[in-house]
Amino acid sequence: MAKINNSGQRILRKKEKQVRYLQANSRELNSTFGYPNNTIKTSRYSVFNFLPLNLFEQFQRLANAYFLILLFLQLIPQISPLAWYTTVIPLMVVLSITAVKDAIDDVKRHQNDNHVNNRSVLVVMNGRIKEDKWMNIQVGDIIKLKNNQPVTADVLLLSSSEPYGLTYIETAELDGETNLKVKQSISVTSNLEDNLGLLSAFDGKVRCESPNNKLDKFTGILTFKGKNYTLDHDKLLLRGCIIRNTDWCYGLVIYTGPDTKLMQNCGKSTFKRTHMDHLLNVLVLWIFLFLGGMCFILAIGHGIWENKKGYYFQDFLPWEEYVSSSVVSAILTFWSYFIILNTMVPISLYVSVEIIRLGNSCYINWDRKMYYAPKNTPAQARTTTLNEELGQVKYVFSDKTGTLTQNIMIFNKCSINGIIYGCGYDKNGQKVKVSEETEKVDFSYNKLADPKFSFYDNTLVEAMKKGDHWVHLFFLSLSLCHTVMSEEKVEGKLVYQAQSPDEGALVTAARNFGFVFRSRTSETIMVVEMGETKVYQLLAILDFSNVRKRMSVIVRTPEDRVMLFCKGADTILCQLLHPSCRSLREVTMEHLDDFAFEGLRTLMVAYREVDNAFYQAWSKKHSEACLSLENREDKMSDVYGEMEKDLMLLGATAIEDKLQDGVPETITILNKAKIKIWVLTGDKQETAVNIAYACNIFEEEMDGIFIMEGKNDETVRQELRLARNKMKPESLLESDPVNTYLNTKPQMPFRIPEEVPNGNYGLIINGYSLAYALEGNLELELLRTVCMCKGVICCRMTPLQKAQVVELMKRYKQVVTLAIGDGANDVSMIKAAHIGVGITGQEGMQAMLNSDYAISQFRYLQRLLLVHGRWSYNRMCKFLSYFFYKNFAFTLMHFWYAFFSGFSAQTVYDTWFITFYNLVYTSLPVLSLSLFDQDVNETWSLRFPELYDPGQHNLYFNKKEFVKCLVRGIYSSFVLFFIPMRTIHNSMDSDGKEISDYQSFSLIVQTALLCVVTVQIALDTTYWTLISHIFTWGSLGFYFCILFLLYSDGLCLMFPNVFQFLGVARNTLNLPQMWLIIILSVVLCILPVIGYRFLKPLFWPADVDKIMNRIHLWTRHPLLPPTQTKLRHTRPRRSAYAFSHKQGFGALITSGKTMKDKQAVLAAHHPKGAGQGPQKAGLRPKPRGSGRRKALRVTRGTHRSEQLGRWASTAGPEDRTNAPSGGAAGGKARSDHRLRGCRGARTLPTRPERRGAPACPSCSTTPGGRETRPPAPQPPPAPSPPARSSPTVSSDCPCGDTPQLTRAQLYRCIHISFAGPERAQRPSSQPRDRGGGFRTASPSQAVGALCPFGPWFRSWYLPESG
Amino acid sequence: MTWSATARGAHQPDNTAFTQQRLPAWQPLLSASIALPLFFCAGLAFIGLGLGLFYSSNGIKELEYDYTGNPGTGNCSACALADQDRAPPLRCSCAWYFSLRELFPGPVYLYYELTNFYQNNRRYSVSRDDTQLSGLQSALRHPANECAPYQRRASGLPIAPCGAIANSLFNDSFSLWHQRQPGGPYVEVPLDRTGIAWWTDCHVKFRNPPLVNGSLALAFQGTAPPPNWPRPVYELSPDPNNTGFINQDFVVWMRTAALPTFRKLYARIRQGNYSTGLRRGAYLVNITYNYPVRAFGGHKLIVFSNISWMGGKNPFLGIAYLVVGSLCILMGFVMLVVYIRYQDQNDEDEDSE
Repeated sequence: MAKINNSGQRILRKKEKQVRYLQANSRELNSTFGYPNNTIKTSRYSVFNFLPLNLFEQFQRLANAYFLILLFLQLIPQISPLAWYTTVIPLMVVLSITAVKDAIDDVKRHQNDNHVNNRSVLVVMNGRIKEDKWMNIQVGDIIKLKNNQPVTADVLLLSSSEPYGLTYIETAELDGETNLKVKQSISVTSNLEDNLGLLSAFDGKVRCESPNNKLDKFTGILTFKGKNYTLDHDKLLLRGCIIRNTDWCYGLVIYTGPDTKLMQNCGKSTFKRTHMDHLLNVLVLWIFLFLGGMCFILAIGHGIWENKKGYYFQDFLPWEEYVSSSVVSAILTFWSYFIILNTMVPISLYVSVEIIRLGNSCYINWDRKMYYAPKNTPAQARTTTLNEELGQVKYVFSDKTGTLTQNIMIFNKCSINGIIYGCGYDKNGQKVKVSEETEKVDFSYNKLADPKFSFYDNTLVEAMKKGDHWVHLFFLSLSLCHTVMSEEKVEGKLVYQAQSPDEGALVTAARNFGFVFRSRTSETIMVVEMGETKVYQLLAILDFSNVRKRMSVIVRTPEDRVMLFCKGADTILCQLLHPSCRSLREVTMEHLDDFAFEGLRTLMVAYREVDNAFYQAWSKKHSEACLSLENREDKMSDVYGEMEKDLMLLGATAIEDKLQDGVPETITILNKAKIKIWVLTGDKQETAVNIAYACNIFEEEMDGIFIMEGKNDETVRQELRLARNKMKPESLLESDPVNTYLNTKPQMPFRIPEEVPNGNYGLIINGYSLAYALEGNLELELLRTVCMCKGVICCRMTPLQKAQVVELMKRYKQVVTLAIGDGANDVSMIKAAHIGVGITGQEGMQAMLNSDYAISQFRYLQRLLLVHGRWSYNRMCKFLSYFFYKNFAFTLMHFWYAFFSGFSAQTVYDTWFITFYNLVYTSLPVLSLSLFDQDVNETWSLRFPELYDPGQHNLYFNKKEFVKCLVRGIYSSFVLFFIPMRTIHNSMDSDGKEISDYQSFSLIVQTALLCVVTVQIALDTTYWTLISHIFTWGSLGFYFCILFLLYSDGLCLMFPNVFQFLGVARNTLNLPQMWLIIILSVVLCILPVIGYRFLKPLFWPADVDKIMNRIHLWTRHPLLPPTQTKLRHTRPRRSAYAFSHKQGFGALITSGKTMKDKQAVLAAHHPKGAGQGPQKAGLRPKPRGSGRRKALRVTRGTHRSEQLGRWASTAGPEDRTNAPSGGAAGGKARSDHRLRGCRGARTLPTRPERRGAPACPSCSTTPGGRETRPPAPQPPPAPSPPARSSPTVSSDCPCGDTPQLTRAQLYRCIHISFAGPERAQRPSSQPRDRGGGFRTASPSQAVGALCPFGPWFRSWYLPESG
Repeated sequence: MTWSATARGAHQPDNTAFTQQRLPAWQPLLSASIALPLFFCAGLAFIGLGLGLFYSSNGIKELEYDYTGNPGTGNCSACALADQDRAPPLRCSCAWYFSLRELFPGPVYLYYELTNFYQNNRRYSVSRDDTQLSGLQSALRHPANECAPYQRRASGLPIAPCGAIANSLFNDSFSLWHQRQPGGPYVEVPLDRTGIAWWTDCHVKFRNPPLVNGSLALAFQGTAPPPNWPRPVYELSPDPNNTGFINQDFVVWMRTAALPTFRKLYARIRQGNYSTGLRRGAYLVNITYNYPVRAFGGHKLIVFSNISWMGGKNPFLGIAYLVVGSLCILMGFVMLVVYIRYQDQNDEDEDSE
């Protein structure tokens, strides 16, 4: 300690308590701190403490505690009217069912823990490597991890097999991102390599922060050989990560077991309770009050009775000694009745509810229609307590990437040098619709082709084979300009590792067409060009950034030419093109329009040949910029800008962001079920809106779409209000009921009622505006506006904001929310929502692990909600209604009897009947009802999503329904008491013996009760399976069997005081009166019910009733074909630009870190430059050929190898932090043709507009971006060859002489000077017809206006062409 | 950690009707074509049944007499007055004279009826020991606590039979005399005092303790009779098959009534000339008045009744069936009218949609 403190920093000393000290390889020292070992424990019980702990937990539940108290009350003989077993037996059964369930769960957890704790890991011990179990790892141990192994604990990376101590890890389990991350050890320890002697002698001391749950934060100091080295989270391998692409690495254990960041993050997940649970709690409270009231009335009655009659009856029934007056007696009777009437609170309610939910969860797990065969994953109900809530969902919050989309990018089309490829045409020139049968392009000429890649246009391959120069150059640029890494485990079997799926798709396309990117080193890229291997020298990578929206590589070709290849968003790239390309640009732009219209993600590809001298000069500047300390970013981008200009356009690519199967259909159906779907995505606005159109969240015939993009409180408020003014003007008036409500009732939990807008609206809001809107007084404004919209897109959301939106909805709206997502960034909202649904298998396990339901496809959501959810809800409601009813009918009988038994707490029934009523006689029928009942089958449920409506408004079981149950119960108990009472009063059997004895009366009443409740449940059951029959009628039969057993001679004679009803069954069951009573009671009890059910739909027909009628009609006359709900596929609207991924591996590749340069390593280890050595080296281009070259390999789990291109996450959390300027400004710059919405809150064009992002820098920087600013005059375009043209690369404008040009394109060339002036800065309100604007614009402005040309362009020139 | 789908064994779910919720089922529907006929049929059936029950109940003859002896209600008043100072009960007799103009068809049953007597009071009805009554020797000496305060005598002797119910055994007795001719002598009508209790009660449930030396008295040695009883339980009847715990009066009394007004069978008249019923003539019921009920406002009645196929006179069921039957038919009509009216309207709505 003292030693460490000597070298410690002051800051650390101050926070001594929050600091962790440890020394490597020194168990003695470390043990003094008492760190836990690496055992994890998720189980709750052990064999010994299970019983007490479990019982303790169970008695914390209100109902169980109540029954425990009741049990104690019953043990007091003075007040107990019931035998002790009436409560004990049910309570025991209930407790043991729950205990068994808990035990099974805990055994699973134990097994899980054991499995994890007993994994083996290699530990360095005294110069040798020893295999040990995970749980035995201690803080300070040095462990060896191998490729593809999970990390044992949170370890400090010491050294690895890779150069510079680099280690690649996958963090899917931690944050859900499947892309590789690089960790790097500090140089002093990477020196240790795998030298066991050095490693065991390593005695570095670490001071670091105490365990916390921040995954991306770690600070510490390593003291080794008297020197201090700072540690950050880049050097920490966290438990739960998996080592990839690294043969081995050594690490020093810092945090173990429960201290690891992973376990610290496994906070106790909040236990979700359903609305029904809350309602039940309220109702149980009501019942308590009702019970108390009844007991009070009866106690008063008893007092009066004792006073008036009991006092005089003392001759035959003397008062107990302890009863001095009728008041005392009344008090005692209060408690006696409290015990008797306890069945009002049904003891088996909670356990039955659990069983029902469990059963319905099993159905979800078992459903083959939610089983996804390709991944072998069935749906999984991970929480068994939320089922009925699935039938009540009103709002669905969905992630986009991986949830609505597959996150698979497919190279779909391309435009090369003005020719479009990829739209398959048949022999007659007709467009072919791509389907399963469509013939795929044969790539057999290319041995390295990816067999999974499919393309449907042969013309491209023909052009390729013909050796079309442009096509070759296009694909060459695709195969060079990227940061993908390749892996070739088996000769010819390439696997690409891409930062974004877009990039992977492009490189794979190039590979298949014959430009195979085979491997790379830090300085070379090996490409197999049509079978011929060529090595390009990689001079520089101008990597992607969100601002640049492009990336370039500079390579030296084998012919010793310096070439720059660039790809990027067309809005950016078209400004950088050489003027000579203008005509080609127009053609390409038009193609991009088409691509965009089909919802494809587009990129432009360009190249530039660079003069060698120019490159040398530039390279110098680049190095300087790299090394500059101030404004490096700016300087770098300036330098990049110098290089990326005068580009020659090659073409454009179109990548399909595949929607998951059935997403639009599912959303249409959910919309019909009045479920509102919000997309909460971290992605950009364009992408999100596009997907929203593609999957029917926004529809073409919407009345307006509002965009909220205010940058401060006031603008956001204005935008919200204007939107509301459009949707429901009266809601802004003071007199609006909601406003008055809000004004009068400001105290907290208040609910905002549903408001109905005057049409179908959509709303888009971005994260920045949302941040303002979520603050304090705008919250309600936001909520009211947003809830009126049919579809809502929230883009650029941080995970926290996603949760905030969900919370907001939960707070102010009495609705059930469901969040669905697949990534780690969705976890917060999944946890926040009432129901969290995780999509399995897209972006790691995190979302699934935190979800309540895991499904593998978005489309299963409709089944989960409309079929399982609806059934669960209906069943639960039927169950609750019936359950309360049967208990009321059962219990209230005592109330009536009190008036005839001197309020003496005499029970109407045999004690055994009370014991068994809930548990045996009535449990099975109600279970069969709530497990098997279906009002309509699944087909109808899906065909009529409107049937989902009652659940959303909770119509089937609410307080009103509860009161109905109570009234029914009161009525039934009244009938069931007074009919037998009046019948047996002074009645005799046919033998002259009286039948009015207490025991016969009990038997008659209880049998009648059982018959009535059985017939009631038979009425409720609409789906009579064999099991229902067996359970329902079987239970009744079983009752009679038990009756004969309990009242049999043998049992009664053995325990005469327990079984007192000897012979009652035999004597009473053959009384005709008894059966007459039963028939009469049953009919009298169900008569009003049938009448009500029959008349209600006639008097107050609900929509559901009409649909039900229709369904029944169709079921009865199957000839009538049901009207198939036809799905209209709307065309996706706008393209998004592919670059949504983050910085690639560019820096890493060029840094040369993959080269094991001994000298550099040594230099880096020089004490002076210890900290910065590698980084410095990384920025400098390495001298060619020095050191051992090593191709970057990326290995991955074999089980995933087929998922090429889907690997990297585009929606990782970091992505959200990217500057939103593009998205936000893009929205602004968008013009608005069909202005339907109000002026202020601009509506998005429902017609497609091509230009999303502003083309002119000035546009994007102008606030509002709508001012018309004349473009700067530019010299007229001169189609002259570019200055630095190479002999091999034709730089002529293709417009003039390329024969492939279409007629339209030719026209474009002719009219190019007129077309030019079109500007992006049109005011949003400008009408569509803008011919005048065109003509007046001077041709001289053409070049300067690099702004987009929309479809209006076509409309202007095409008529002339005709 | 390893909570993955694979850990759970990710297999395709079984394709069974049960797991896929496709169990074959019958789905009945409460449609008008079922509900309306149901109502009418049930209504008619109920009215028919109700009429039958009503007439059969009406055909039953009942003759009852309140002999509580409230002042000015007959000659039992004297006894009632005497009963004010209670134990030991005075031997007091009174009589009820009545005459029958026509035959009272048999078999005729003689009941006593008590009102306002809460045999169903919880504390009263639990105050017994069924183990003792089943003849168990040990229970005989150690009565259950429920019997308190009639568990043991002050002397410590256990009470047999213990408890409040036994203690309050109804102990009035009746004899019936018939005067065939006016002014003629009264002839005693034989009352059958056996067969008035359930067979299971007096043969299974209630049993005397095993005889000691052939004597029931010795078997009960060491026990005391309930305080209100003038004689021990083994002397309830001279008939050895009808004494002790299996004495039928006692057994009948011990089967407590469900309601505060109840009748209990006293005797059956089915012997000799009276097997066809009580013939016309004057009758006299000689009542030994022992049982005090006036203190708590109770009444004692003596009832002669005959029975039909479904027991004694009780018009309630018949009337109830008639009412419910009519209700059914009424409801049926209402529903029919509503159905016709609203169904058309709803159809129109649907058409117009």
